Amino acid sequence: MKDKQGLVEHRLPDLNNDGVDRRGFLKCMAWAGAGLVWTMSGGIPVSRAFAKGMGKEASRGGGEFSFVQISDSHMGFNKPANSDVVATLRTAVDKINGLATPPEFLLHTGDISHLSRTEQFDTVDQILKSASAKDVFFVPGEHDVLDDNGKSYLERYGKNAQGSGWYSFDHKGVHFIGLVNVLNLKSGGLGSLGAEQLEWMEKDVKHLKHSTPVVVFAHIPLWSVYPEWGWGTEDSGQALAHLKKFGSVTVLNGHIHQIMQKVEGKVTFHTAMSTAFPQPQPGKAESPGPMKVPAEQLRTLLGITDVNFVRGQHALAVVDSSLG
Amino acid sequence: MNKRYGWVAGVVTPVVVAVLLLAGSVSVKASDQTSSTTAAVTIDNFSFGPQTLTVAAGTTVTWTNRDDIPHTVVSTDGVFKSQVRDTDEKFSYTFAKAGTYSYYCSVHPKMTGKVVVQ
Repeated sequence: MKDKQGLVEHRLPDLNNDGVDRRGFLKCMAWAGAGLVWTMSGGIPVSRAFAKGMGKEASRGGGEFSFVQISDSHMGFNKPANSDVVATLRTAVDKINGLATPPEFLLHTGDISHLSRTEQFDTVDQILKSASAKDVFFVPGEHDVLDDNGKSYLERYGKNAQGSGWYSFDHKGVHFIGLVNVLNLKSGGLGSLGAEQLEWMEKDVKHLKHSTPVVVFAHIPLWSVYPEWGWGTEDSGQALAHLKKFGSVTVLNGHIHQIMQKVEGKVTFHTAMSTAFPQPQPGKAESPGPMKVPAEQLRTLLGITDVNFVRGQHALAVVDSSLG
Repeated sequence: MNKRYGWVAGVVTPVVVAVLLLAGSVSVKASDQTSSTTAAVTIDNFSFGPQTLTVAAGTTVTWTNRDDIPHTVVSTDGVFKSQVRDTDEKFSYTFAKAGTYSYYCSVHPKMTGKVVVQ
């Protein structure tokens, strides 16, 4: 179904327990290289896909402000799936700098480094200095807290954080919450937030008006994408319960190196592509490791996420675009 | 040893050693028994293989990461804990006492394994 401008519009089928028809959604996801704009319109999620060339127009668009999410830069990775993660991160920064509406800050949803090494964090910090947006907010991935339980991560990125690195901030009336779900993982388990962080979160949002848009960002998905591969968080249900009163909640995650989205009531969940290497779709491979693709295809499966906040509309418009 | 017959050991032992060396089947080392004291676990495709390994007490188990992603080997009971192991890196632990030792990868906790020491 194409409209006059060549935009393909779909309406999602009726929401069931899961929120999205899986087969239909996975078909949408298969448009690697195409951007996806999701907005809420009268409570029904509507997506429009647009071809590469239209990216600029779609991101210009009456937003009060926008920010960009990047994820899973895995600085230090050097296996066949991508022998140059520095180059692809630089391409991501070029992409950010080419956006019609410059983002006001960046969110990095973790796996900044591949092996938690100082020089790896240094390299990412250096590359991000060339981004138009100077403020970058981080949450750690499991690759950022190796061996020292996150001590070196916290020293570098946790100045204004509590506990193992969680924090919140406000920007133009939108409340942002950065959560850590990659520490103290139990054998056989999934991601974990822990009681202390959940208590903090409950207090953090207690006095906010329910009309405040909330954005939560954390590394491992806060919804059950594919538990067999550890793609979920044990106690995310408790976190979401603390956000029940809000009219607009956007959850931004990484970890799975592909775009996945789910809408559940007033909560929109979205995962970002990696800037380093793609991973297979759930169940489509033996394991969730780096997926090698033909060289010319790599950049179409890596990307950034542009998020636009439009005053008066409770939904945030989430636009993914690939690096090539 | 009984002093009177102490000299017997001095004669018998070299003879025994000579016989064993001639047989060529066993080299004389204090730690060597008739069964191997080392065992291996391969880490690949986000799994430990074999997932359950049975060994004799005193065995040194070596995990080798053949995956293209780093992993760790961490006992669920705090008995042993590797640093992160990237591709081709190894971790070894000697199991002195009998028992069942469950472990997992602390980076990817769905990866679990067990060493049964008899």
